[in-house]
Amino acid sequence: MQRRFPITTGITATTATLLLLLLAGCGKREPAAITASTDAHTTHTTSTELAKEANSVLRLASTTSTRDSGLLDVLLPVFENQHHCRVDLIAVGTGAALKLGETGDADAVLVHARSAEEAFVAARHGVRHEPVMHNYFLIAGPADDPAGAKGSDAVAALNKIAAGKHRFISRGDDSGTHKREQSLWERVGGRPVWGELIESGQGMGPTLIMADEMKAYVLTDEATWLKQSERFQLVSLVREAPDLQNPYAVMVVNPDRHPGVNASLANDFVDFLISRSTQKLIDEYRVDGHRFFHADRLAEESSE
Amino acid sequence: MIIDGIRDAMQLLLQFDATVIDAAVRSLWVSLLAVAVASVVGVGVGLLLARKQFPGRTILVGMFRVGMSIPTVLIGLLCFGVLSRRGVLGEFELLYTTWAIVIGEFFLAVPIVTTWTHGAIARLDPRVAETARTLGAGRLQRSMTYLSEARLSIMLAVLTAFSRCFTELGIAMMVGGNIPGRTRTLTTATALETSRGEFSRGMAMSLILLLIALLVTIVIVFFSRGDEEAIS
Repeated sequence: MQRRFPITTGITATTATLLLLLLAGCGKREPAAITASTDAHTTHTTSTELAKEANSVLRLASTTSTRDSGLLDVLLPVFENQHHCRVDLIAVGTGAALKLGETGDADAVLVHARSAEEAFVAARHGVRHEPVMHNYFLIAGPADDPAGAKGSDAVAALNKIAAGKHRFISRGDDSGTHKREQSLWERVGGRPVWGELIESGQGMGPTLIMADEMKAYVLTDEATWLKQSERFQLVSLVREAPDLQNPYAVMVVNPDRHPGVNASLANDFVDFLISRSTQKLIDEYRVDGHRFFHADRLAEESSE
Repeated sequence: MIIDGIRDAMQLLLQFDATVIDAAVRSLWVSLLAVAVASVVGVGVGLLLARKQFPGRTILVGMFRVGMSIPTVLIGLLCFGVLSRRGVLGEFELLYTTWAIVIGEFFLAVPIVTTWTHGAIARLDPRVAETARTLGAGRLQRSMTYLSEARLSIMLAVLTAFSRCFTELGIAMMVGGNIPGRTRTLTTATALETSRGEFSRGMAMSLILLLIALLVTIVIVFFSRGDEEAIS
């Protein structure tokens, strides 16, 4: 009996572990609420008291780059005050954000990955798809620019980097930026593989730090770049190139698939984003004098 | 999702998914190496702290004790600062290599091994020391006696340190960089799959991690059992 003790303990431990996992699995149904509670947006709002009913909470899944730009800190309080609601922002990668929409754990999704968005709508996960704004990606690299990427458009620059087998860091995390990079590589004729092609598998901030440390070329969104570049020896080489436009769009999660989705508030949010006054806010948003976003719907006549 | 995760884990394991095996092997050797070096240092320092009187000893013991609860992201951050191109050791270009992870995990493991070794030897029956001395044991022999008397605690300390290193994420992500085929470990791979929205694949990775951690726990239980029997 004594000799079997470790085995019994092992079995007990395994059972306990599996139980824990099952519990974790049950909890997973509401990752939105869990993740969002750690986000600043749940605390900063003054309209929280007004948001007593469950249907006055909007669960917005967006990308970390959107949050990090600071734009939502400006827009969300306005929306919260207008609609007496609370917005729980879940800032994750584009892939995870779309997944949250797919599983009904978000009411609206604000991302920047056009083809993935189209697939999302085509699969009936989303019901409304509205362009909101765009900004630009840029290619940064070492100041001495050994590949001679400066001045080219993005496709040509990538071609030069790959041809010269210069060090290039890819996000490799299925994020909007990574997807964009992949589509650029497709236009080069498929991403070649070379020894200095490195995947970071991390967010934009850590990836930029890595590129700076390793003196590598990197494709980055402008917002993250502007926030961090002062510390870097890396310089921006290809910017505001037409093939580096980065369009953002918002989608309403399909309420037919997930009865819990607050579609009416999500629709209100979409209306809010494309309204003239919000579009102006987006267009005029500046951080340290840098313009972050170009509004897409200012030219339209919008009802308010 | 859990069911998917378990199924995925089985599939990944049975198919010997190259990227998973690669990350698992890296996780293993990195933490094994870090803990091995940390054990040598930790046991030595622990022994010294327990058996030698010198000014500042209590403070040192306290520092190691506090060191046990330093968050791994902070260790990662400090290592980053030192290993960065602009850091003191920048010229060695260790950042984003497995060696950087080994260094970070070393600092994670040392306080654990040191504190436990110190505690175990300090708690030893004073008669052990007296007996050893009366039997004419030299300094080295006495040290070996202490270590042998406290071997169970030390063993447990080493295994605990291993579990901590094997499952930590902050250091591996920050100074390793999660580069596939170079510095990606099971924990950073899990973090990546989760951020990708591939929850079941992330779950599969965690299960593999858990499985190995469980094995270590069983070994710990086995050892504590064996020792109890030896005493009785």
